[in-house]
Amino acid sequence: MGSIMKTTINSQEQYCTFTVGDLFFGVGVSKVQEVVRFQAMTRVPKAARDVRGLINLRGQIVTAIDLRSRLGMPSCTGERPPMNVLLRTIDGPVSLLVDQIEDVLEVDEDTLEKPPDNLVGATRELIRSASKQKGRILLILDTDKALDLPSARQ
Amino acid sequence: MVFVRDRQRPEPGKLLLIMDEIVKEFLIESYENLDHLDNALVELEKNPRHKESLDHIFRTVHSIKGTCGFIGYVKLQRIAHAGENLLSLLREGTLTMDAEITSALLALMDVIRGILASIEQTESEGESEHPELIATLERLCGTASKEPAAAPAGEATPQPVDGVVAAVGVPETPDAPVSESVAAPEPVAAAPKPPESVAAEVPAFAVAKKASQENRAHSISESNIRVDIALIDRLMNLVGELVLARNQIIQDAAASENASTSTSSQRLNHITTELQESVMKTRMQPIGNVWAKLPRVVRDVSSEMGKKVRFEMEGNETELDRTIIEAIKDPLTHIVRNSIDHGIEKPEQRIAAGKPEEGILRMRAFHEGGQVNIEITDDGAGINLNRVRQKAMDRNLLTAEQNARLTDREAVNLIFLPALSTAEKITSVSGRGVGMDVVKTNIEKIGGSVDLHTELGKGTTLRIKIPLTLAIIPALIITSAGDRYAIPQVSLVELVRLEGEEAKKSIERIFQVPVYRLRGKLLPLVFLNSELDDETSAVSARSQGDHAMDRGSVTNIVVLQAGDHQFGLVVDQINDTQEIVVKPLGRHLKGIRIFAGATIMGDGRVALILDVLGLAQGAHLATQATDKLRAEQERDEEPEIVGGERQSLLIVETGYNERLAVPLNLVGRLEQFQQSQVETAGPMEVVQYRNAIMPLIRISHAIGCSEPDTERERLHVVVYTSQGRSVGLVVGSIADIVQDVVKMETSQRRHGILGTAVIQGRVIEIVDVPAIVGSAIPDMADMAM
Repeated sequence: MGSIMKTTINSQEQYCTFTVGDLFFGVGVSKVQEVVRFQAMTRVPKAARDVRGLINLRGQIVTAIDLRSRLGMPSCTGERPPMNVLLRTIDGPVSLLVDQIEDVLEVDEDTLEKPPDNLVGATRELIRSASKQKGRILLILDTDKALDLPSARQ
Repeated sequence: MVFVRDRQRPEPGKLLLIMDEIVKEFLIESYENLDHLDNALVELEKNPRHKESLDHIFRTVHSIKGTCGFIGYVKLQRIAHAGENLLSLLREGTLTMDAEITSALLALMDVIRGILASIEQTESEGESEHPELIATLERLCGTASKEPAAAPAGEATPQPVDGVVAAVGVPETPDAPVSESVAAPEPVAAAPKPPESVAAEVPAFAVAKKASQENRAHSISESNIRVDIALIDRLMNLVGELVLARNQIIQDAAASENASTSTSSQRLNHITTELQESVMKTRMQPIGNVWAKLPRVVRDVSSEMGKKVRFEMEGNETELDRTIIEAIKDPLTHIVRNSIDHGIEKPEQRIAAGKPEEGILRMRAFHEGGQVNIEITDDGAGINLNRVRQKAMDRNLLTAEQNARLTDREAVNLIFLPALSTAEKITSVSGRGVGMDVVKTNIEKIGGSVDLHTELGKGTTLRIKIPLTLAIIPALIITSAGDRYAIPQVSLVELVRLEGEEAKKSIERIFQVPVYRLRGKLLPLVFLNSELDDETSAVSARSQGDHAMDRGSVTNIVVLQAGDHQFGLVVDQINDTQEIVVKPLGRHLKGIRIFAGATIMGDGRVALILDVLGLAQGAHLATQATDKLRAEQERDEEPEIVGGERQSLLIVETGYNERLAVPLNLVGRLEQFQQSQVETAGPMEVVQYRNAIMPLIRISHAIGCSEPDTERERLHVVVYTSQGRSVGLVVGSIADIVQDVVKMETSQRRHGILGTAVIQGRVIEIVDVPAIVGSAIPDMADMAM
């Protein structure tokens, strides 16, 4: 939750940004361990719907969660393999699969406002706030909620 | 001065001195020493003059007293001092150990432990000064000084001891306690000069001798070091990673043509294996460490219950992984408590039953088949299975019908059901009915199994089996539905390979459960593809399986052991066996029943590890289906007595003209013997029949009827044969053979009787031949089931 870099004059935080479909998301840099390209994934039968599989991250086995699926969108078309955004959690890293990685942006806290009204359903629940960045709307993702999956199919 | 922030303190921000380290050391050592002391005290109670134990206890209390004086724990010091006085009187032989003194010393240990715990948590000794304990200890010392004969020795000894403390001063290193005691013998030996205190001289000599032994013991302890457990775990993890990397290199090297690569990778392979084994050894502890606390538990429980118990332990050196030791501590304690509380009878009852007054509780540990086996046997009253069955029915865990079909061996498993306790009274020790099921769950959680055998009147044996280690295991790699999975080899029984057509023929379906007849035994099958089937699989799993069997390709059955049950897992392909590192699944996947963890294969890809118990449960193997299956198996041997069908029955008469029916399909032959032909072999009556010795069972005895005293000249015997062995059932006379529609009622089932029916207008009991044979001749019980 804390940000590593705070300037004294106006509080700005850095966000890792990425896209999923038409949506533009951001996650505080302190929450992101690293970003990796698509890794070979082992599927896990009987797991929750949004779990895409397991990846091998330098000897560590990491669960990969499909953000598209989490947001209720159809899975990626297969043209371009998804990227892994590795989030830090208490139980270790968990990967979020996204379409494309974008730049790290500095966002002024003052610009953060309520999520736009046209967001519906799952998307709305997972967004904490939004900010206008260069003509686009940056949706700040609530990572805790995003990783909190409905229970597994058994 | 170095200031160290202590994160565990309840008051944040308080700083501590480096003293923290000394206190920590003190606590660790004291706890360790106190644990050993419990055993020493129990030993001492049995053998009051056991010098070694006395000295051991004295030294420990003495050193605790010294260190707490230095640190400033005044209350503890006072208490330790009172104990030390009593102990020195015991050492001198002025006082002899008895139950009262033992209890006081045990209480002393507990109080010290309590204060240490308080220090650990709050840095203070706690509120109480424990005046009652101090008073008791002083009183027990006081009795010594009242006896005139012992007076000189009694007065002489406390002084030199204090003198020693003053002389040696404050212990500065952990070695100090030992060196202090080394110094001790001199003054003590010097004190009892007066000739009448011969008794005092002996202890002095013994103490001096002990000192030299201590020197040797001290050098042994120098060859061990104490290591932080977290460090060992880290080491274990690193070795795990190394094993994975090694697997990968081996795989790559196999593909490479380079001779040098091949040699180096082989070398790496050897070294890694040895390193792995060595590191695993560091985590191995002798089971004796867990058992150490048990003699005291046995003593406490047996005196509380008024029973006499001798506790024997065999195989203390058997080694277990540390994590397993943690898991079995509580179950073992519970089992021991149970045995003493419910198993072993009160001395009067034992004598009445012709047993020695003292019950025996034996614990045995040994390695076998890649597992650690722990057997706990008592020679107590055994478990009354009929009561267990009754309780289960009373609690609606079992219907009367299920109970009728439940064999004794299966009834035993009822004990592991939650909330079933047949104790008449719920004692403070056990009998709350939450014990055995928790024991079983805890042991199964670490991949082990529990087995119980009992014999009414004779005793009970509990067998626990646990895999040797959890982190790196040999596994069988298989492929199913396009993915690889690992199966822990410890659960693997055998592999069966069926060609397409063969598979279709030999896989039957009974009560909707697919089974395979493996050497005559029915093996329930689980199709892995079905278990894995969900929306993500490309092709429906079931159709995959069917196609495989149609196409004439191979069906692979992996026979697995899940607790007490065996089942066959049908997979697409069997790859090879490998050592894999078990990695736990993350929180999103932890709950999936069929997976126990994951691993990284040689090619770097992740593979899931199957949970054998989970697979068995999923296919409901642990419950109804197999019960039904087994009933089916029994039905093959049981007579066909179903309502509404014509049955052939042999009607026999017992001595009192009572009639019984024996299903004709169980009758081999009808024979007659002269009474003179009957001989005895041990407790059994036998006859020579067809070049073999055939045991005889008198049916009326077996079902609890009485028989007239007159011995008949001629015996009518119904010969029952099963699996090549014959038994003769002695009846009064053969009455008739009938074929009738039999409707059997089983409401009044008793041992040896299947039920009653109306045959030819009369109510006749139908004999349960296999049961009678099984109980009269235990080693024929297998063939009866």
